[in-house]
Amino acid sequence: MVDSKQQWKAWLYLSPAIILLLVFTVWPIINTVRLAFLEGYNALEATWGATYNVGIGNFTKVLGFREFKTCLVNTLLLTVLTVPISTILALLIAVALNSIKPLQKFLQTIFFLPYVTNSIAIGMVFAAMFNIIGLRPDGLNADSWGIINNVIMFFGGEPINWINANSGYWANIAVMTVYIVWNALPFKILILLGGLQSINKQYYDAAKVDGTPRRRVFTRITVPLLSPMLAYVFITGFIGGFKEYSSIVGIFGEKMGPVGDPYRLNTMVGYIYQVLPDTDYGVASAAALILFAIILLVTLINMQVSKKRVHY
Amino acid sequence: MKVVLQNLTKIFPSRNKKSGEEVVAVNDFNFEIPDGKLIGLLGPSGCGKSTTLYMISGLQKPTNGKIFFGDDDVTELPTEARGVGLVFQNYALYPHMSVKQNILFPLQNLKGKDKMTKEEMLERAVSAAKLVQIDDLMERKPSELSGGQQQRVAIARALVKMPRVLLLDEPLSNLDARLRLQTREEIRRIQKETGITTIFVTHDQEEAMSISDMIVVMKLGVVQQIGAPQDVYDNPVNLFVAKFLGTPPINVFEGRVAGEKLYIGEDAVLSVPGVADQEVYIGIRPEGFELNENGQLHCKLKNVEVMGRDVSIVSSNDASLNSIIRSIINADNKVDLSKEDITFSLKVHKVFIFNKENEERIYFEVN
Repeated sequence: MVDSKQQWKAWLYLSPAIILLLVFTVWPIINTVRLAFLEGYNALEATWGATYNVGIGNFTKVLGFREFKTCLVNTLLLTVLTVPISTILALLIAVALNSIKPLQKFLQTIFFLPYVTNSIAIGMVFAAMFNIIGLRPDGLNADSWGIINNVIMFFGGEPINWINANSGYWANIAVMTVYIVWNALPFKILILLGGLQSINKQYYDAAKVDGTPRRRVFTRITVPLLSPMLAYVFITGFIGGFKEYSSIVGIFGEKMGPVGDPYRLNTMVGYIYQVLPDTDYGVASAAALILFAIILLVTLINMQVSKKRVHY
Repeated sequence: MKVVLQNLTKIFPSRNKKSGEEVVAVNDFNFEIPDGKLIGLLGPSGCGKSTTLYMISGLQKPTNGKIFFGDDDVTELPTEARGVGLVFQNYALYPHMSVKQNILFPLQNLKGKDKMTKEEMLERAVSAAKLVQIDDLMERKPSELSGGQQQRVAIARALVKMPRVLLLDEPLSNLDARLRLQTREEIRRIQKETGITTIFVTHDQEEAMSISDMIVVMKLGVVQQIGAPQDVYDNPVNLFVAKFLGTPPINVFEGRVAGEKLYIGEDAVLSVPGVADQEVYIGIRPEGFELNENGQLHCKLKNVEVMGRDVSIVSSNDASLNSIIRSIINADNKVDLSKEDITFSLKVHKVFIFNKENEERIYFEVN
């Protein structure tokens, strides 16, 4: 503990960060809560001194929108699909990377590259891969198929309308899942690889002396010893999944859906952005709080479950 | 199960690619370990004792030479097929498993005809736990155990599959002094009860001497001497072994042999029949001194430390290579601390002389 006479110095050094956090983080949070409970709030009128009723009208309004339900379903679906898939894939890749010696650093770098690339840019590349240009009404002829359809056709399959006008909902979801998983892998691989490398090699020697088959070494030793890292990537994955937005913009653009069916793939965060330009700050704030409550709930459940399964 | 090491050699490639110097960790190790004995591999750090142990376990492959368990050549066998139990220096207990799960783990790996039912496994685990007296801790996690208890769990885990050979890597180094004494007796007891050929590695000579049937003293990858602890102590083959064994350590002097007499400084301390005139190192065990006013060795008295049964006399001599000479004599002898000088006579079988060049022992006739 610092001498109390010296504490003012500590406060002085902390003050720039504290002031910025208060102004740009703490106050906005408080303000969001305030706005969420002000019914019919209008930012422009508010500057002229208008007053509003306090109530839960904004929340009922949000929950009543048909669009909000679409957003909620999309968000839940994408999260539940992508988090387990990306975690398991990342685990397998990390274990494989950890078990090879030559080229390990090189491959590690390659796997990490997507992390330092802009997700909108990657989204555009993915969109190009799934895109179809000049699709004829028969659905079997087009000026140019994307690379994915080219591969499908090479192996004798029928091309699929992934993301263009009249594409199916599940085709859209499949594209989003592939893209989000691919985007989420690098960070997870990095964390899990770090975890693997910190496991004491002697456990593996001990397992070897005891003649443990490889699969059992993986399930009984590697996974339990890695469980703190697995829980971490799982929980942060869920939080990230509920905030999914830019990946949809990356593939489908700001309209959040294929041509002719905008906002079909809208998410919770997308919804908040959507109502903001209408200066309906109250409704946007209520939606943000609902999102916060869902994330909090899921995280608490995650932590409760992991308590039993994670060995620190 | 007897264990035979034949020309066992381990060469590690150089870390530094430019210099390309190889490290010979173990050099041409030959030894037949008799069945059911407790063997201590002893030496300073870096002497290759752990490497030898890991080669016997199969975790490291020898560069040259062969290893036999009984009549089976196991040199090319992988670790799991050798039937060894290995206790690691820091135990390597699986931290996420309970004591019971840790001990059961090796049994659950058994396949084919060795496969056991759950009841059989549990029975074996409990009897192994009973042997090391931890059967009341079965549900605990390793982190909830003391160092000594963890050690016992590790031994139980190594013993539960009834290995042909039990290997212990520095089994006592992570324990405090009191526990160390207790645990080494425990290891001796467990080894006697099971009759499993046991090899352990240590850098602590006292530890090795106290419980081993035989000790192997190593230095820089080369075996120096093999024998029963008392024999090695009483008859070291070279200066290294003489210095390495014994607490307090042996007193070493520079001296010379002239006319079949052994000189320390100007004092002719012993007659050494049959030894040619030469410069030598002289090693005298602390218990090799006797207080004698007419003794041959003159030293300067510095201090007397009382240890109850014995007293330890601290003195100095210009020819001594150690800064002090420590001699242990019976407490019945009274030492006059006011005197500056002290004279000793020497017990002839506690005095060893060594060649000054190669530090090998020079034997002389004892009447």
